[in-house]
Amino acid sequence: MKTRRISNVGWSVVVLLLAGAFIWMGCPEKPALVTGEAAQAVYVPPGSYDEFYAFLSGGFSGQVSVYGLPSGRLLKIIPVFAVNAENGYGFSEETKPMLNTSSGFLPWDDSHHTVLSQTNGEADGKWLFINANNTPRVARIDLATFETVEMIEIPNSAGNHASPFTTENSEYIVASTRFGVPIPQADVPISTYKQNFRGTISFIGVDPKNGKMNVAFQIVVPGYNYDLASAGKGPSHGWAFFTSYNTEEAHTLLEVRASRNDKDFIAAVNWKVAEQYLKEGKGKKMAAEYYNNYRDHATRITTSEKRTSVTVLDPNACPGLIYFLPTPKSPHGVDVDPTGEYIAAGGKLAAVIPVHSFSKMLKAIENKEFETTINGIPVLKYEATIAGEVQNPGLGPLHTEFDGKGYAYTSHFISSEVVKWKIGTWEVVDRIPTYYSLGHIMIPGGNTRKPWGKYVVAMNKITKDRYLPTGPELAHAAQLIDITGDRMRLLLDFPTVGEPHYAQAIPAEKIMDKSVQIYKLEENKHPRATKKAEQARVVREGNIVRIYMTAVRSHFTPDNIEGIRIGDKVYFHVTNIEQEWDIPHGFTVKGSQNAELLLMAGETGTLVWEPKKVGVFPFYCTDFCSALHQEMQGYIRVSPAGSTVPLSFSTGKGE
Amino acid sequence: MHTTSKLLVLVASLLFVALYFVPLWQITMLAPQYPEGIGLYIWINEISGMRPNNLESMNILNHYIGMKAIVPESIPELRIMPYIAGFFILSGLVVVLRKKRSLLTAWLILLVVTGSVGLVDYYLWGYDYGHNLDPNAAIKIPGMAYQPPLIGTKQILNFRATSLPHLGGYLYLASILLAAVAWYLDVKRDTRANSQQPASAIG
Repeated sequence: MKTRRISNVGWSVVVLLLAGAFIWMGCPEKPALVTGEAAQAVYVPPGSYDEFYAFLSGGFSGQVSVYGLPSGRLLKIIPVFAVNAENGYGFSEETKPMLNTSSGFLPWDDSHHTVLSQTNGEADGKWLFINANNTPRVARIDLATFETVEMIEIPNSAGNHASPFTTENSEYIVASTRFGVPIPQADVPISTYKQNFRGTISFIGVDPKNGKMNVAFQIVVPGYNYDLASAGKGPSHGWAFFTSYNTEEAHTLLEVRASRNDKDFIAAVNWKVAEQYLKEGKGKKMAAEYYNNYRDHATRITTSEKRTSVTVLDPNACPGLIYFLPTPKSPHGVDVDPTGEYIAAGGKLAAVIPVHSFSKMLKAIENKEFETTINGIPVLKYEATIAGEVQNPGLGPLHTEFDGKGYAYTSHFISSEVVKWKIGTWEVVDRIPTYYSLGHIMIPGGNTRKPWGKYVVAMNKITKDRYLPTGPELAHAAQLIDITGDRMRLLLDFPTVGEPHYAQAIPAEKIMDKSVQIYKLEENKHPRATKKAEQARVVREGNIVRIYMTAVRSHFTPDNIEGIRIGDKVYFHVTNIEQEWDIPHGFTVKGSQNAELLLMAGETGTLVWEPKKVGVFPFYCTDFCSALHQEMQGYIRVSPAGSTVPLSFSTGKGE
Repeated sequence: MHTTSKLLVLVASLLFVALYFVPLWQITMLAPQYPEGIGLYIWINEISGMRPNNLESMNILNHYIGMKAIVPESIPELRIMPYIAGFFILSGLVVVLRKKRSLLTAWLILLVVTGSVGLVDYYLWGYDYGHNLDPNAAIKIPGMAYQPPLIGTKQILNFRATSLPHLGGYLYLASILLAAVAWYLDVKRDTRANSQQPASAIG
């Protein structure tokens, strides 16, 4: 006790000295935010709703987490690229095919960037797209059900990082290769990188009516590491921009060898020209194996379809399709401002933030101000495209978002701060520390033509001492920063799920009113749905036993089942016949080698069970559904193989 | 019958047309789990949920206390009431055309009697649902009945049940009032006419 007091005194001295140092250096202009004031700014009273939905990618969790802003409340985790035992995603027969790929069923991936669909350059709240980096895929989440409804694999790709950024009307979602690979894949020495390794830039078409995705075309590009992307808007609509690093084409010790060049490239792709070339038949069909998985709303069943070819464009044969803009030091982020004129890059090892001008770029192309040409891709002169450089912004600039009021905000990983600068004058006007080492930042709508420039959310890689310690593994931290005034103000600090790389946010009213509450039983087209308890039954087809079961507060029908034999494959087709919002029922059986089923009102789900032991096994409802939830249980009797116990089923019989 | 009275009776009988389009009665229930309420509308020919699936949800909830499921198809009143409404439209028009006060008097009495019988019938249904419970129900509370109030609000376990007329019920009431006013005006005018007549005879 005494030592602590002494050390407290010691700390007080240090703090006082530091305070003195501050006074000596000149007070920071901004008074520290009064805690009560910040609390008020993020306080959403019980029972009230947040102003924004925020969709944070889960990074290595593979999922998407949905938060309310400004409260920072976690609303939901949407399973996407990783199985989710909590609700049976990836375990039930209806959802397993969603994770099907050319490499088979994959239980996990690394999800990076959430992107909301857009109409006229504004987030429209219809769908959320997210990329899988490891085994290249793009998933589409329906924002009426907050559920992954489609997934498309990207062929000829590895490390789908510059994805799934959207064009102004979600005509396309982009994808590209962060890792060069032999295209098509081949058994070649790694040391032949320069000869054999290539990249691809892919455009995924999105059906405006139902959101269905298809790989419209791919462009084969040099084997650089394509890192991030942003589509043009307004005047630059029709273009998409991709950063690249490792223009050195190193295949080992990249941290050194890929950092040698003073400048790498932003690839500017004119997708309208690409469409023209496709129309002219310049696209080549290339054999490729990839999957497109789709979950039907009426059946709730996911079907996985194999695709066998993709259309490829070669820049050598397609002049005007793609240009390289030299950009300092391994640029990471590339972000087009709301006017569509400025393209800001985050040269992560650069001392400036270079900003290209779209109109200057067009002029440079017209005047053929090329430094050289690589594989049919003209390299424009840096001076010819650059609009300005933000001088000494901070260390490690990564990503830029916009507030729609003429300012840009760039995250700085190394100096761990958000730096605000003015578009046009390129001067830094404010900076605020984050805790610690932030990657992406997000302003609601900050990547669109119409930002709701109220907050910045900083997503940090290092948490350290921000929260109560939880052993070696810590949650990543996010900070909510108010940007409505001249000076940025830290409002809130909240832990996140996995590693949120990028995020999106949208005013709540754009989504909340169309949120689905139940699956209507009359619209349930699942071929094995049981819509009334009287229709519940058990059917044997050889060694396959199908149990058509209903769940309603607070019983299953049937709840006594006999005549199952070792060697049988038992399908529990359970339908939640409730038609009331927020009355889910869960289902599991003792010894199940699977996760539970969690069924929303009106939904049918299928759990497969292969009993290995003779005996009587209880099953029960896993979601506390009602006052008599504990009673919502039943038994299934398993007899030895070849047993003559007749198949029977009942509810409420006997005694 | 005088013109004003005829007009009033005309309106009173035509009000019954609206009963085909709006509910007569509503029962709403609030509970901690149902802040938005769950409820039923009673129409002249059906019982429906206040919101989609409210009737099904109500039946699911009621099965815990052993209450019979509310199955609109098995309630004969719902088949009869449309004819009663039709009868009042037609008979009202007859009253207007025949212009006889005796008919108006009969019509008014029939309206009141039918309405009262309806209320009693509704009470009896409520009594039956609330008292004739399945002895094997999950929730059994000795002495507890689950009859909804006839009119007004009552706490039933976790539910605060409110039973009130809906627009149709008020229209029915309005129809009675209009008929009563028509009858009263008619009587009053005749009385006045009668009291003046002898005077003029003398004069």
